[in-house]
Amino acid sequence: MRINCKHVWEHISAYIDGEVAADLRVEIDRHLETCEICSAVLDSTRNVVVLYADDRVFELPTGFSERLHERLEEEMEVSGS
Amino acid sequence: MKNAPNPEAEADCIRRILAGEKQLFHELIRPCERPIYFLLFSIVRNEAEAEDAAQETVLKIYRNLHLFRGESQFRTWALSIARNEGLGRLRKAESRREDSLDALSDDQAGDFTPAILTSWREVPNLALEQKELAAVLRQAIDGLPEIYRNVVLLRDIEEMDVRETAAALGITEGAVKVRLHRARALLQRSLAPRLKGFAPKRGGLFGWAQKSRDKTMRQGEAE
Repeated sequence: MRINCKHVWEHISAYIDGEVAADLRVEIDRHLETCEICSAVLDSTRNVVVLYADDRVFELPTGFSERLHERLEEEMEVSGS
Repeated sequence: MKNAPNPEAEADCIRRILAGEKQLFHELIRPCERPIYFLLFSIVRNEAEAEDAAQETVLKIYRNLHLFRGESQFRTWALSIARNEGLGRLRKAESRREDSLDALSDDQAGDFTPAILTSWREVPNLALEQKELAAVLRQAIDGLPEIYRNVVLLRDIEEMDVRETAAALGITEGAVKVRLHRARALLQRSLAPRLKGFAPKRGGLFGWAQKSRDKTMRQGEAE
């Protein structure tokens, strides 16, 4: 079976997550060795995933946690401790 | 996974809270704060409302802790309460929301072709010290349809696994995978041209020439 670029794109996300079957993975790897476009698509998609995993992209609003725990504390007092 | 919970310690903590050690709830909920807030932010799309909804959610979790049966992870249960809180607020505000109008379904056709590029230069995490990069990444998420936004948020930002994401959002694991794939393709396409400017410049023999050319190009670019 020879796979083309479109096939590779369909599996990019699963490939990044290590969820493609072993034989398909071999085919994709073989395609990636010679296809500059798919390699770049894979690299850029993986790069996007890595960047989003960084806590600095989405930060809680300043003081969020303090305000939340204060409100909890009030609730605990009302309900009796 | 971020803040991977330990189910046994959690179950023990819950037993003690229900037996009267209420203060322990502060520690129980702490690892859930981020995913609760960002899931709500993804649903209501407003910082102040997401914070208010997050507080309400946490109070509901506290009041209903005795109803938690331990059939799922505590965080999954907490997130499904957050989701209900967010969706309840959306329904109330339905008339002034446009999001519900463009709600997508999984079988809906769409163009999920990635951006075709040949030269990708990796953007290192170090570049996140530039506030603009984080802002560009947040804008891209904000531009996704809601069903994709929620999934990418729990999977790639909060790094939850497929099973927990499916349980928290009340969808199948298959739907999580399909939506995540599409979300990543949409993000890659919208981000690829915008991230170039954050990649480190190439060095080498003609590094200086490359550098000054990039600079000229950047100045001339509208983006």
